Amino acid sequence: MKLFSSLGGLLRRPEAGAFLGLFAVLIFFTVFGGLTFLKPAGIASWMNVAANLGVIAIPVGLLMIAGELDISVGAMVPLGAMTVAVISGHYGLSIWLGIAVALSFGVIVGLINGYMVIRTAVPSLIVTLGSLFAVQGIVLGLTVLITKSTSVALATEGSAKTIFGDFFFGGQVQVMVIWWLAITAAYIFFVHFSRFGNWIFAMGGDKISARNAGIPTERMTILLFVLSSTSAAFVGMCQAILYNSAQVAGGQSFIFNSIISVVVGGVLLTGGFGSIVGIFFGTLTFAIVTQGIYYTDFDRNWSSLIIGILLLLAVLMNNTFRKMALSYAPKKAVK
Amino acid sequence: MMANALLSLKGINKSFGPIDVLHDINLDIRAGEVLCLLGDNGAGKSTVIRLLSGVHRPSSGVIEIDGQPVSFKSPRDASEAGIATVHQFGGTFPLMSIGRSFFVGVEPTKGIGLFKIFDRKRANAIAVQAVQSFGITRITDGDRLVGGLSGGERQALAIARAVHFGARVLILDEPTAALGVKQAAHVLRIVNEAKRRGLAVIFITHQVMHAMAVGDHFAVLIRGGIAADFRKGERTREEITDLMAGGETMAGLEAQIEAESA
Repeated sequence: MKLFSSLGGLLRRPEAGAFLGLFAVLIFFTVFGGLTFLKPAGIASWMNVAANLGVIAIPVGLLMIAGELDISVGAMVPLGAMTVAVISGHYGLSIWLGIAVALSFGVIVGLINGYMVIRTAVPSLIVTLGSLFAVQGIVLGLTVLITKSTSVALATEGSAKTIFGDFFFGGQVQVMVIWWLAITAAYIFFVHFSRFGNWIFAMGGDKISARNAGIPTERMTILLFVLSSTSAAFVGMCQAILYNSAQVAGGQSFIFNSIISVVVGGVLLTGGFGSIVGIFFGTLTFAIVTQGIYYTDFDRNWSSLIIGILLLLAVLMNNTFRKMALSYAPKKAVK
Repeated sequence: MMANALLSLKGINKSFGPIDVLHDINLDIRAGEVLCLLGDNGAGKSTVIRLLSGVHRPSSGVIEIDGQPVSFKSPRDASEAGIATVHQFGGTFPLMSIGRSFFVGVEPTKGIGLFKIFDRKRANAIAVQAVQSFGITRITDGDRLVGGLSGGERQALAIARAVHFGARVLILDEPTAALGVKQAAHVLRIVNEAKRRGLAVIFITHQVMHAMAVGDHFAVLIRGGIAADFRKGERTREEITDLMAGGETMAGLEAQIEAESA
């Protein structure tokens, strides 16, 4: 009885669908891919993908909870990578300067996105679509102008390499995994335990009521945009340090992949509902599907099909769980 | 003698560009009294609410609280002065829990410094207790989502929230419009409870029956001006309905429609 009621409680939480989805894909790929998929090398392969995506997916998910969308992350990843590569690789300046400038570009683009969203009545999808293309143009144009190439090498040594772009555990796990876990823990506190989280949910539920209740909705909106574009620049910067080079292309996949992770994670596309743990599970599920396919006998071209079906199933499941949460009322006052 | 007005509108005019929406509005609202603001669509009721809740500012005239002129630059100013507005659907957040939505913007926290955490237990307990004090005893779990409550319960939650945070003037914008008969009766009882606690209530409605059930004082708006201002028992239901229809008699309108359809 006790177990049953706590199971019901679990199903009403936003992360219920993501948790079940994660469980399902784990079983699926263990059955079809064998146990190598769960050995350290296998785990490292999907944890690495999940970590790079997860650092971006959480702030993208927070924006979605607050009723906004940021697709400019797809251009911020190459911008972050190229900035550090041009400054510290091409010009040979200090790596710390490259890191600082890459992150400040993230902050600047986030400020512009946020400011445009609150000052114009244009939906954030369109605003960030504009900044996506604008930033892509800047990255390509400036890189070719400065380096006469679309790919820039970067050699990093010392503590910057260890902190931002190295492997550990026998050279398989990226240091990004640790960043991801630490950042997730910080977000869980920020969103679910501090009062600021309440503000984000209120903004997504009803922005005008939230503002009337005294929440600084405009400052919060700008802050969330800064978080997402800086996180994307951070991931790009770390990848450049890890792989010792940066390309102007790439990063586009982060747009849809982060949205899929967030939605599979139980965040409501129209805002007001979701959880960090859900986004965490959603990212993990997504990464397992994209990597797990290599451990099976299936052609990897099928992985998109699985992701598509997974997304639709997750949305349907999340709708059901949300309805359950809404209609839930204790049967009798238990005293 | 009657108590002094808690909230007064004196010679209020409001125009949006060349369009005059309100002209020369004078109203007194007293503590422990329900003022019913009646009027057809477009008569200016919503504009009066928006002036009082700080969304718009009057073009001329003054708003006074306790005899002191006040000027609201934002909805926040109005709520700090003790004016709370509750909208048709409760104006709350359907996918948030009762406890969390009750304390949006003023979350109780425990702990110190950077590690202040939202005190869920305390928030839930206070919210549930506040709603129950308005007679909604079915709400016992502060973790329930607001969207799962009935329309009447949501209104009760919103009103209880306003009262808890020290509202002195409660503006109810068509609280019974979307409700069934039983639910509406529930809300009317809550209005009476708010009045009993000494709040000044401004009750906006289309339904004359609901207005007459709780109102002490009635004001009818027609095309931006006050067409009638009277106390309980001074007019009959038919007279009020006719006033709301814009001065034409309802019987006349009915006859007209019948003639056209014949």
